[in-house]
Amino acid sequence: MGRYIIRRVLQMIPLFIGISIVIFIVIQAAPGGPETTLLATGRFVSPEILEAYRTRLGLDQPIYVQYFRWLTTALSGDLGYSYKSAQPVLQVIAERLPATIELMLAAYLLAATIALPLGVYSAIHKYSPLDYAGTGLSFLGIAMPVFWFGLILQLVFAVQLGWLPSSGRETVGNTGFIDQLKHLIMPATVLSLLYIAGWSRYMRSSFLGVINSDYVRTARAKGLHERRVMLVHGLKNAAIPVVTIIALDVAGLFSGAVITETIFAWPGIGRLFIQAMYDRDYPLLMGIIMMGSIMVVVFNLFADIINAWLDPRVSYD
Amino acid sequence: MTDVTSPASASPAPNPAGNATAVQLRPPRTQTQIVWTKFKRHRAAVVSGIVLIILAILCFGAPWIAPYSFDEIDLRNTRQPPSPAHLMGTDDLGRDQFTRLLYGGRISLTVGICAALFSTIIGALIGAIAGFYGGIVDNASMRFTEVIIAIPTLPLLIIISSYTKASVVVIIVVIGILSWMSTARIVRASVHSTKRQDFVLGARSIGCRNHTIIFRHIIPNVMGPILVGATLGVGAAIIVESSLSFLGLGISPPTPTWGNMLQDSQATMASKPWLTIFPGLAILITVLCINFLGEGLHDGLDPTVSSN
Repeated sequence: MGRYIIRRVLQMIPLFIGISIVIFIVIQAAPGGPETTLLATGRFVSPEILEAYRTRLGLDQPIYVQYFRWLTTALSGDLGYSYKSAQPVLQVIAERLPATIELMLAAYLLAATIALPLGVYSAIHKYSPLDYAGTGLSFLGIAMPVFWFGLILQLVFAVQLGWLPSSGRETVGNTGFIDQLKHLIMPATVLSLLYIAGWSRYMRSSFLGVINSDYVRTARAKGLHERRVMLVHGLKNAAIPVVTIIALDVAGLFSGAVITETIFAWPGIGRLFIQAMYDRDYPLLMGIIMMGSIMVVVFNLFADIINAWLDPRVSYD
Repeated sequence: MTDVTSPASASPAPNPAGNATAVQLRPPRTQTQIVWTKFKRHRAAVVSGIVLIILAILCFGAPWIAPYSFDEIDLRNTRQPPSPAHLMGTDDLGRDQFTRLLYGGRISLTVGICAALFSTIIGALIGAIAGFYGGIVDNASMRFTEVIIAIPTLPLLIIISSYTKASVVVIIVVIGILSWMSTARIVRASVHSTKRQDFVLGARSIGCRNHTIIFRHIIPNVMGPILVGATLGVGAAIIVESSLSFLGLGISPPTPTWGNMLQDSQATMASKPWLTIFPGLAILITVLCINFLGEGLHDGLDPTVSSN
């Protein structure tokens, strides 16, 4: 197991280099470059100033020189400085990260507490009203545009009913726990919808596959209580692929956060990204997307490790 | 998928021995008939198909069907709630929302279908080449696929579409080049297993060239998963287009799309909720129907699902 993990981690290195090259090229392909934000201010900017600006940022160099400069500093743990705020990229990201992690954790917890019991119930009581309702809900959840769901929630709970604050992370001057929780409810619900939809269906089909297996029949034949058969013998085995999917799905959280944070003015990485995109803040963009990609790759590895650990049939080769 | 008879698709679940005579008594059916029989059993898929056809007729026939013109400004009737004259109300310029929804659907459906088609073609090509040639080609293209999969798609899409004033074609291409990866993986895996089958050896022994083998013998055999993936891809592309438009990076007004109709709706949602509700419902219903259709196709094209 240890060697397996080491090999997988080593395989990640070329992957990260490949990812950083692609992102770097895409970001640098921007027509006009970061000086467009300088020009967009409307003031007169002489060509000499523009040239000096580009030289100062190192943008006058060929792209591969710029990339290697980025790579060498990045390997020493320095992602450069934001063009906009002149602060270290890592620091800018670190300031916004807690809000995003809070949102993602809340969404994940919410999704797991709703989807997993729903999936198990739907499998045990196949074709019951709740099973149909769950299936319908998951089809709706998958087809629903995330941002529109957010708008509708705002319309109902913030505008019409006035129960929840429509945006932000806390009310200015009122930073109680209840206040923060109220702000968290809608964004977390929006972000979790896709996972509730996916995981409940996945849990259901995984459980259905397990219910008919021999060891469940054996457990019943031993005279175990039905609840024990289902929840101990059944659930334990059905959960393996679901846990893997839950780890893999972390990948999509980042894209979801970009939209959710925009709708609810949530002060996290997603909004930082949108702002950096408009500012053409290359180092910051690079840092944010790299972070998102690393998250994907690392959680893929987690998924494989968890799978190999839970399922004795999986070999490490 | 018409007359291809091949081991993979034409040998369905093995019939129990007792059934063999009954099967022989039935008149032979083409692959299309078998798929259709199985598809029809999926009631939600059939209903969805009908809804989608009606929707497509309404949208693409918008110039003849729509009660107004999509950019017809009527300043005496701005911000009207839904009424018999304006089924879905009017916007700030008095433009009829129902009309704009139909015209918007034209663009949204076109973007969805073309982007899915584009990404499917890229994915199928990369997957087929990787799976067929194996070795270093396979290794290189699959490592590349891994790299693209690991990068969060939406941020990348947002960056690329911020570079240009997005036109329909740009959006189609951008969505297409960032969503081919799962198709490529599925096709690669299927090609990898299909190329060892005897009929491929047969084709090779009568002197078929590689591209003939790929396009005539292998691709038709993996058409099932490709078609299902492409169908679901249409829905995904419609959602991506609308998300980009919502962020102000999609196809820009005055051309209506379902996404850009929602672009400014957040600010005016409280006073004019109908401007938010209807375009979103249109997206929801369309994508829902497309996904059901995909499920039906999946059942229909899956050779392990019996048609009896």
